[in-house]
Parts: sequence; structure tokens; C-alpha cells
Amino acid sequence: MQEFITANLPYLLGGISVGGQYALIAVGYTMVYGILRLINFAHGDIFTVAGFFMVYLNATMPVAVSLPLTILLIIALGFSVERVAYKPLRNAPRMSVMISAIGVSYLLQNLMWYVTGGLAKQYPTIPWISSSITIYTATTKMVTLVTPILTIVLVALLVQLINHTKIGMAMRAVSKDFETARLMGIKIDRVISATFIIGSALAGIGSILYFSNYTAVTPTAGAMPGLKAFVAAVFGGIGSIPGAVIGAFIIGISENIIKAVGLTTFSDAFTFALLIVVLIFKPTGLFGEAVNEKV
Amino acid sequence: MLEVKGLKVNYGGIKALDGVSFKVEQGQIVTLIGANGAGKSTALRAISGLVPVQGGSVIFMGEDITGKDTQKIVEKGIAMVPEGRRVFPNLTVLENLKIGAYLRNDNDGILQSTQYVYDMFPRLKERLWQMAGTLSGGEQQMLAVGRALMARPKLMMMDEPSLGLAPLVVRDIFAIIRRVAQEGITVLLIEQNANAALRAAQYGYVLEVGHVVLEGTGEELLANPQVRDAYLGQGKKRH
Repeated sequence: MQEFITANLPYLLGGISVGGQYALIAVGYTMVYGILRLINFAHGDIFTVAGFFMVYLNATMPVAVSLPLTILLIIALGFSVERVAYKPLRNAPRMSVMISAIGVSYLLQNLMWYVTGGLAKQYPTIPWISSSITIYTATTKMVTLVTPILTIVLVALLVQLINHTKIGMAMRAVSKDFETARLMGIKIDRVISATFIIGSALAGIGSILYFSNYTAVTPTAGAMPGLKAFVAAVFGGIGSIPGAVIGAFIIGISENIIKAVGLTTFSDAFTFALLIVVLIFKPTGLFGEAVNEKV
Repeated sequence: MLEVKGLKVNYGGIKALDGVSFKVEQGQIVTLIGANGAGKSTALRAISGLVPVQGGSVIFMGEDITGKDTQKIVEKGIAMVPEGRRVFPNLTVLENLKIGAYLRNDNDGILQSTQYVYDMFPRLKERLWQMAGTLSGGEQQMLAVGRALMARPKLMMMDEPSLGLAPLVVRDIFAIIRRVAQEGITVLLIEQNANAALRAAQYGYVLEVGHVVLEGTGEELLANPQVRDAYLGQGKKRH
């Protein structure tokens, strides 16, 4: 028994932690989808850009400044992407917006290649969250412990915001009916901007937690976690925040269990196999509602 | 109170409104009647700023509001009860009322307004915590009217409030419309149920393919043979 725990505890902890990081990205996917019916393909790249912001800012500033500044800058980036690439297409067919999102994704990736020269950049060590800690028999980084707690706190705050504030009520209204929301005097563009701001902030926090587990960032380092977060959002039922969070934890933990049993090679394949199975048997995901196409 | 002059709206190359003019006097119920596609809904949507206007003007309380943002128009005191009720099904009844007062910041006033809506529609008060999507059609229509009242409008525009409701409920809805008018709110009503609309209204306009073809008091239009023939289904039977 003792041996079993010693062997598997690190994987379980790792799974919970990476699940939390996926969750922070997945919330951005699911919220934007809930309001705009748009898969924001650029979201995973926003996550990666946040990694580079941290690298470059931390080179000249103390962590106490670079950390909040990274989050502020990534919020500004997410906000600007929406204003420049999606807002002008508000009345265009949905496919056009989706193509625009793919364009933004490649633009950000190529900018990262251009700026970094394609070289991996060493990710800074963040005091406290990078320090070691021993839980029972497993030695891990503090971030492993911080991530799930922070994720749950942030998501709980977000759910409160959505269910009990004026802007949250507006978000729920806009997600169902743009035109009637406008007739209430709601400024649709503001609500959409707020959604991107929240999504980007969470992706920024997720990015800091994720990359502090690694030594370096590359322009494609965020592609896989971004994709898995997207799968998590679909698995949980895209449009549903609790769904995205639960989906992300399930994927994170499952992946690591697969690694624990020695099938590391298949851990990524598992995520996508799960996606296929979900799409076949429950296309709306765990908590998704049947989507009525907006007329 | 509201004066629409030569309003023109194109929808994808089709002239939905081709120079429509009408007036709504303060304190009255004014109705626009006409067949499907005559442009009645388009007129309301143009006044609300939901569709772009190609020509003409909309004057509300002496101010030109043509082509203004919907939010600005709501602020000026024009509320709309949209076609098909369009309550937010994922919000509770109470939240639907609160969202009607979205532009107001006077919490005490909002509380008074909710009280006022409860007095008007006791049925809604019993269902405050229910999701609006679970209400019956008639209750949803009450909620849509209540939601519009929450904005404390000077003019309430109603788009086909009786559509798809049982005859008994339709009677209730028209009682509500009269009640709203008694409260001093001017009503601009669009209806396919021309008979009931003209009975409730002081003044009416008949729209045909983007034009006003007839106007008169409710009684005059009810008595007009053309109107009876085309819209009231009471004309002489043709062989």
C-alpha cells in the first residue's frame, strides 16, 4: 500500500495541478463560445504570449512588478484581438469570424517566432511557487499545490460574478439573445469585451502557473495545453463554465494516471480519443445544453 | 410625441419601408395594422435603432433620434416589447424584470417599479424565482410587458403581443395594453389581430408594402369597408 501511494501520488498531484491549468484556459474558450458562438482559436496563443511576456518583463523587473504587468498586458492583448479581429465582423457569417480567429492565431505564433528567433527562452524562477514542498512521500513544487486551490477560488469568484452582478446578468442575457439585450439598453460590445478580459486574465494566470513547471518557453509550447483545454471545454459542454472546469480536471488527472501506469506515449492520444468518444455519444458534452442555432 | 416622417429602410435590396409617415400623440394607443411583410415590425425596429435607416426621420419629444444607438433611444424613454416576447429564458422572472431597468441606477426607484409590476401582474410575483423559460406564453407576455415597464418608458412599442396566444389570453393581453395606457404611457401597437387592435386604439394606420395607405381613428377604420374587407374578415363574400 505504502509503495503504491509512493509510486502514484506524484502523478495524481501532477494531474490535479495540470488539470487546474487547463481549466484556467478552458474557461476562456467556453465563455467566448457561450456569448459569441465562436471558437477563439487565438486563445491558446494568448496563453503562450503570456509566457513570453513573463520572460521578457522579468529580465528587467522584479517579480512583484513583472507578474501583475504580464497579466495586465495579456488582458490588453485579448481585448485588442477582439476589437481588431472580431468586432468588425459582428454581423458577418460565423465562419468568417472563425477564419479571422485562425488568422490571429497564426499571426501571434509568427510574431513569437520573429521576436524569439525560434529559440527557447528560459522561463524565470518565481519565488515561493517554484520552491519545493514534500507532501506525504512526494516531493513537488509549490505550484502543484497552489494551482488547484487558486483555480477553484477564481472559478468560484467568476461564477459569483456571473450569477450575482449586473454585468454577469448582462452576460447571461447577451449569451441568449443579442437583439433583445440591446433593447434593454445593454451595450453588447462592452459585454463581449468584458468576456475577453476575463478569459485573457485567467489564461494569463494559467500561463504563469503552467510554465513555472517548465524550464523554457517556445512559440509552440502553448499549443498542446491550449488544445487540451479546448477539448476539456468541449468535453464539459462548451458554453458551460463548471463543465469546462470539471472536464479540465478529468483530462489532467486521466493523462497522468496513464503516465503512472507506464503508457506515457499514449497520454496525449488519450485526450483526443476522449474527445472523439464524447462527440459520438454526447455531442453536447457533460453539462452542455442542446444548442439552438441563433436565428 | 413621436413623429415618423418619410422613413425608408432597405433589407438586402428590398424596400421594406418606402417613405412611411405617422404620428403618435401623447397618452394615446396608436396601432399600425397590415398584412405580413407590410413593414410594421420594420418600422418599430427602425425607431429602436435595431436596423439602419436609409431616409426620413424619427422625432421623439421634439428631438431627432433617427439612427441613434438603441441604448440612447431606450434612455430617451422608448421601450419595446418585441415580437415573440423574447424573455430571457435562462434568467429568473425577477432578473428579467431587473434587466429591464438596466440603464437605471436608482435602486429605490427600481424597487418601487418592481412593486408596481407585481401589483399589475400578481401572477409574476408568485413566480419570481422561476426561470422565465418555464412560464406559459401568456405569463411570458406579461413578463415582457413588465420588463418594458421597468425602464419607466414614456412610449411603449409592442410588436404583435397577441401572436400565438390562446383567445382567452389574448383578451387579457388587450386588457393589459389598455391598463398600460391608463397609467399614462403612450402605446404604439402592431397587430395582425386588426379587430382587437382597432377597438383598443384611438388612432390607427394601415400599412401596405412599405406605405401608409389609410389612417383614421380606431372607429373610422373599423367602419371602413376597405379595412373590413382586407383585414377584418368581415367584408362581403365574393362569388
